[in-house]
Amino acid sequence: MNEQFTDFVIDDTVYKTKTTTKYNKRKKFNGFDKGRVSAFIPGAIRNVFVQPGKQVKQGEVLLELEAMKMKNRVTAGMSGVVKSIFVKTGDNVSKDQLLMVIE
Amino acid sequence: MSLASRLIDFFSKKKTVADETDAQSKVKQQKLGKMTARERIESILDENSFHEYDLFIEHKAEDFGMDKKFLPRDGVMTGTGDIVGHPVCIYAQDFTIAGGSLGLAHARKITKIMDHAVKLGIPLIGINDSGGARIQEGVNSLAGYGEIFYRNTIASGVIPQISVILGPCAGGAVYSPALTDFVFVVDKISKMFITGPEVIKTVLGEEISMEELGGARVHSEISGNAHFFAESEQECFEQIKKLVSFIPWNNSKKAEKFPVKQPKSNYVISNVIPKESTVPYDVRDIIKCLADDSDFLEVQEHFAANIVIGFARFNGETIGIVGNQPMVLAGVLDVDSSDKAGRFIRFCNAFSIPLLTLVDLPGYLPGIDQEHAGVIRHGAKILYAYSEATVPKITVVLRKAYGGGYIAMCSKHLGADFVFALPSAEIAVMGPEGAANIIFKKEITEALDPDAMRKQKVEEYTQKFANPYKAAAAGYIDAVVAPEELRGHILHSLHISANKVENRPAKKHGIPPF
Repeated sequence: MNEQFTDFVIDDTVYKTKTTTKYNKRKKFNGFDKGRVSAFIPGAIRNVFVQPGKQVKQGEVLLELEAMKMKNRVTAGMSGVVKSIFVKTGDNVSKDQLLMVIE
Repeated sequence: MSLASRLIDFFSKKKTVADETDAQSKVKQQKLGKMTARERIESILDENSFHEYDLFIEHKAEDFGMDKKFLPRDGVMTGTGDIVGHPVCIYAQDFTIAGGSLGLAHARKITKIMDHAVKLGIPLIGINDSGGARIQEGVNSLAGYGEIFYRNTIASGVIPQISVILGPCAGGAVYSPALTDFVFVVDKISKMFITGPEVIKTVLGEEISMEELGGARVHSEISGNAHFFAESEQECFEQIKKLVSFIPWNNSKKAEKFPVKQPKSNYVISNVIPKESTVPYDVRDIIKCLADDSDFLEVQEHFAANIVIGFARFNGETIGIVGNQPMVLAGVLDVDSSDKAGRFIRFCNAFSIPLLTLVDLPGYLPGIDQEHAGVIRHGAKILYAYSEATVPKITVVLRKAYGGGYIAMCSKHLGADFVFALPSAEIAVMGPEGAANIIFKKEITEALDPDAMRKQKVEEYTQKFANPYKAAAAGYIDAVVAPEELRGHILHSLHISANKVENRPAKKHGIPPF
């Protein structure tokens, strides 16, 4: 079979077929981890309200992320202890960048 | 004033607004590698058929020095004409007049020609080449857009609406094309987006070129906003002419009937479909085996290529074809292919174009990305569209028709009038491997040689279920037919369903899974 075709498995059957650019570019799923605090939008960190080791409650404001001229409050997805913080006030962050980890 | 002097006055006015403007436009557009509004309209329409209206329109804007500005035609040319003998209403924005920006007078010229198209029951063609809203006119410019969108929606399903993107089409302006039936784009000329690269950079800090963000290729392959892609404006105009020949003038007329032509003799179904059901082929070759003159006008060729949609003729009459494409992603249904087919089916139903469905698919595409992208509601669109359609519906199972995919592809259960299957058809709840692994799980795991047992069970299942006869025995298939008889069966079923009437409970409208 022509090498332009790749193996493609549906219900345990291996089909020979081509794939599309869009299919090849699909994003891998990384799971929903409530302890991993990421930037939901690109922007700048305006304030960090917690320090490593601090006990936080679910819903507590962790930091302020300014984007689209709005100051967005980033809150804790779960209660726990702030393990590490990867950003400081003034940092520019990109979308999905990891900002903080809660354990 | 004597009649003679009135005539002189008229010709001099016309010269200023039309001839001189056109000459200046030509110089400016040529620099951008683009044709002028007039050249575009004249290239699409039959020779000398264009009649222009509202040449002397004037805007009433006063702010920001607009009261001193005269904009010929207010930046848009409107009129009527013929495309290969079919009457159409047409407008073309002129990028060289205030950047083709849309003010109230400009918009009212467009809505006027749109109202004409609906009243006269003829297709509307809109050529977009505009910088967007005319900022100096403020909220009046927004009103203009809104009035256009409203008419696009009211005209939807009544007359065919075609949008041609031949320049920038940004911000709110993109929503008129999005509301129309077919969007044509040209490589390196068409640009469509809601927010441009500059805004994206300022707000999000992400850099992207206009071409990568909203060029013709992006909308043809990735977003699915465009339906026809061309390398040049001239090629684009030829595509428009061909499409117009396939579709009716309005929802109460039939498309033009053409002389009957046999398919070309070098296309033979038995030579196209491989014996093994896991080996791909191009479903478009099957269409060429069946259609008059082997002629097929494909729609959205580059988007969601795992399903093929388009128009062909059978006995000279237009038919809409939907076919799974085993060549791409094994022909699975997914979010994009369901959207693509669902919308096409609804177009055909709205304009009384019978549907031919060619089935060869292993099912829906598995994946987290698909589930999270809403394959449930998107996949439902194809079920909705087929069930809702009351035009003659003919289905041919070429090879695999497994599981949910079998139901979705215009099965008997969704109201197909005629379902045919080739002897190579496999209509089953899933493929033999998957089925054997589930049904005979115990036997396989407990066997001394699980692989040998699996092979044996797969073989058993294949023998028993991977054929069209279980479905035929249940009456879900109307006839199993030999490949060389297939065209004859399709022609006959179209012939006898020509006066099909299917009444549905009265309702305001359904609620399709958007």
